[in-house]
Amino acid sequence: MEAAPLDVSIRRGTGGREARYDAFRVPRRENQTVLDVVTEIQREQDETLSYRFACRVGMCGSCAMTVNGRPRWTCRTRVAEVAGRQGRLRLEPLRNLPVIKDLAVDMAPFFEKWRAAKGFFEPGEAPPDDFLAVAPASPSRQAADEGIECINCGVCYAACEVVGWNPDYLGPAALNRAWTLANDVRDQGQEARLAAVSGAAGCQSCHTHMACTELCPKALQPTYAIAGLKRLALRRALGRKG
Amino acid sequence: MSGALFLAQRATAVLLAWAVAAHLALIIHAERAGLTAGAILARTQHNGAFLAFYGLFVVAAAIHAPIGLRNVLAEWTGWRGRSLDAAMAGFALALLWLGLRAAYAMFAA
Repeated sequence: MEAAPLDVSIRRGTGGREARYDAFRVPRRENQTVLDVVTEIQREQDETLSYRFACRVGMCGSCAMTVNGRPRWTCRTRVAEVAGRQGRLRLEPLRNLPVIKDLAVDMAPFFEKWRAAKGFFEPGEAPPDDFLAVAPASPSRQAADEGIECINCGVCYAACEVVGWNPDYLGPAALNRAWTLANDVRDQGQEARLAAVSGAAGCQSCHTHMACTELCPKALQPTYAIAGLKRLALRRALGRKG
Repeated sequence: MSGALFLAQRATAVLLAWAVAAHLALIIHAERAGLTAGAILARTQHNGAFLAFYGLFVVAAAIHAPIGLRNVLAEWTGWRGRSLDAAMAGFALALLWLGLRAAYAMFAA
């Protein structure tokens, strides 16, 4: 027997009061992903539907949306995993970011916070003459390794309750990036970075709810990265190095 | 929350964990021993250790509670900025004044 079609409800508009939910029915297909569903609706039923995607294989991080209440990569989320027996999908844009239109959000605030957290490598005024040796087994390299696979999809940022409460909070992704750099022995901007992530909107605001760690599609653990930054900041406040 | 406030709140939390436990133990002990108000006052009067303990307790609570309340209010009501800081400084002073006055009254009664 052929499965009943999917009932898909999609939040439309630019957010705020004029936002509405449009209903669509989409046939179920084998190995169908949520991104397949959105694409089918846009191609077959409503060409004005706006959304964002690029690679379709979980590499680019651009297709994240809120699927049945949880932020997810739609390209790596199979309908069978989330639609339940009723075959319902409720699709909304990522939380905590301004909506451009329909399912596409403006990622600018997310990336601005990467900069605010000094989430970039700082080579210093005078780079060393020779290569610095970084032993793969060293604790700092291993700590960095645990966080470097982030592809900036914004799922953790959308999942974070603290960002929802305090729009200035730097968020899990930016702090996770800062933590990987804090463990980079070549980096010359550690003092400035630690000061940047210890401000009123920094790592100390984290409530350790672990929504970021629970939902990261790359299985990274930003909560632990933030805990690492808290330890570093505490040592700095107490006047201890390292 | 800034680093300094975070440190102050965590440091006072360490003190309060012990102080609250000792405070509860004292209450339970006084209750079980059937001490009257007069008997309690007789023990606290001119007792330097009592005053030092409750003085420290009050100072720690007056630092700890306003920092936490400030965070709760900022996150749940959106109240931020100098007016919130001023209100919390007032709350801290009120806790300090009321608490120290009570501890001193038990000491000097």
